[in-house]
Amino acid sequence: MPANPFNGFTEYGVGIGLRVPHYRHILAKKPVVDWFEIISENFMVDGGRPLEVLDSILEQYRVVQHGVAIYFGSAEKLNQEHLKRLKRLVKRTKTPWLSDHLCWGSVDGRYTHDLLPMPYTFAVARHTAEKIRAAGDYLEVPVCVENVSSYAEYHASEMTEWEFLSEVVELADCGILLDVNNIYVSSKNHNFDPYDYLNNVPHHRVGQIHIAGHSKFEKYLLDTHDHPVLDPVWQMYGHALKLVGNSATLLEWDDRIPSFDEVHNEALKANKFRDQQLATSAA
Amino acid sequence: MKPSKPTNSATNSSPRAPRKIGSPEELRELQRVMASALFRPLTPHWGMQKRWIDGSRMDDVAAEFIKPNDRLSSFERLEIYNRQYWFRVLDCLYDDYPGLRAIVGGRKFMKLITAYLTRYPSNSYTLRDLGNRLEQFLREEPHWTAPRGELAIDMARFEWAQVVAFDGPSGPSVAPDDILDTSPAKLRLGLQPYLSLLELNYAVDDFLIAVKKRESDVLRGEASNAMDSAPTVRAHRKRIRPPKREKVYLAVHRYNNMLFYKRLDWEAFAILTALNRGATVQDSCAEAVTASNRTKIDWPAQIKEWFDNWSALGWFCRLS
Repeated sequence: MPANPFNGFTEYGVGIGLRVPHYRHILAKKPVVDWFEIISENFMVDGGRPLEVLDSILEQYRVVQHGVAIYFGSAEKLNQEHLKRLKRLVKRTKTPWLSDHLCWGSVDGRYTHDLLPMPYTFAVARHTAEKIRAAGDYLEVPVCVENVSSYAEYHASEMTEWEFLSEVVELADCGILLDVNNIYVSSKNHNFDPYDYLNNVPHHRVGQIHIAGHSKFEKYLLDTHDHPVLDPVWQMYGHALKLVGNSATLLEWDDRIPSFDEVHNEALKANKFRDQQLATSAA
Repeated sequence: MKPSKPTNSATNSSPRAPRKIGSPEELRELQRVMASALFRPLTPHWGMQKRWIDGSRMDDVAAEFIKPNDRLSSFERLEIYNRQYWFRVLDCLYDDYPGLRAIVGGRKFMKLITAYLTRYPSNSYTLRDLGNRLEQFLREEPHWTAPRGELAIDMARFEWAQVVAFDGPSGPSVAPDDILDTSPAKLRLGLQPYLSLLELNYAVDDFLIAVKKRESDVLRGEASNAMDSAPTVRAHRKRIRPPKREKVYLAVHRYNNMLFYKRLDWEAFAILTALNRGATVQDSCAEAVTASNRTKIDWPAQIKEWFDNWSALGWFCRLS
């Protein structure tokens, strides 16, 4: 179900994250890219060069918004000023859907600028879902929530992460941005089978997929987005495609960013991989 | 954005995590504990502090709400987040304040901004605003920058003005036709919100140009949630002599979305400052000329030249 209510009934292919070091190359060379994902907060500004670049990109490319700071899982209420700015940007980009993370990151008006894991309880799921619903109603655009990679689990949790994700998206009636790399990273950090995760989320709600690279440390994996996608993640991506269909996919590369061509080649690899997987499934 | 008022349990006491999370209030308590742990500065070896706010063992505090696994203790798992927080915010200010860093020195800069963020954690969803209370902090705690406190404050103001000029709001420009029929005695002009007027005691503009020339590899950081290494006090480079004391009047602005800073004569600065205060064009000019100690200036011609220039730069906007 590639086109579904959660991605605005679109059929996008493989996209690339729009990053500052690539602006000049993209605007000058106009490479063929199916769509760009932008970090919403980088463009929720009042003026200046960020918006000028964005407008130039919008003249030639399709853009999807991805946020890092709504913090659906924070105990505090939604930040109305944040939402107001986000809605202004939604109108500018005409994003067919937008995404943010199933996480928390602020408390009492203080911000950690991180994507912190949630305690997986029913009460927290209800609270989070209410906020997602309210945000979607206000923004008037489908919302997908992304599973984050994590390095810690809480004693208070009452269910698995994929059960929590499923509970939240069903209560909120929203989409999922399925980050395959994050599932892999968390599975290694928390000793679960990543395929249990993939197999047990509501596949019809997946509006988009993320793939990325990560780093291996002695005792844990870190979601660094500074490498090409690693083999186990490609395998999981293939499995995810069989479960959810030809879903829009974004290749993330956010740190130690190489040349545009290198990132583009990795996206083309993903495109080819996706076509092969879907052809195999069809056969 | 107005931050909500921190409560006692968030700042003054030693919060502990609830055992069960059955309500948003209990969720808030858990998040207060975790945020408090993240906001605590790292040890000199980039590790999490061994003792909690109340002096109890951090191992015990972390174990109350974080599960261990077969490779990492509760403490070690929480420490990953503590480190990531500090690596991210320190890296951000390292990139945004190269001038201040050059004035106080790399190692002291790290200690200074750690103290700053400990006192004033981020109150905005965007890292762009991370330095929004740095000037205030430097005034409150001058020992961090002594004996160059005044120079450091000038630089912090100058570098924050660049953040504002980069992506701050702009108002609708004033076209010549808009003001043609208005007498200078009644005309009031707004200044673009992205424009900062700075009265400085040091030529921090020249100093920053020299610093940036030395550090041509410094790029504006982008919001990213992926960090894996500690920000380092980067390689020692040839020291640049701090500027001498001199009065400088500076406009920090953007033109065609490029960042610029422009030196102003005192009278020009005084006119713009008065306009920004809401004075009429006539009063602003009269006030500046009367207070000027310069003679043999053709003030009408000089003022016309300034206004033509400022208008061409798009500095004037309609008053809201």
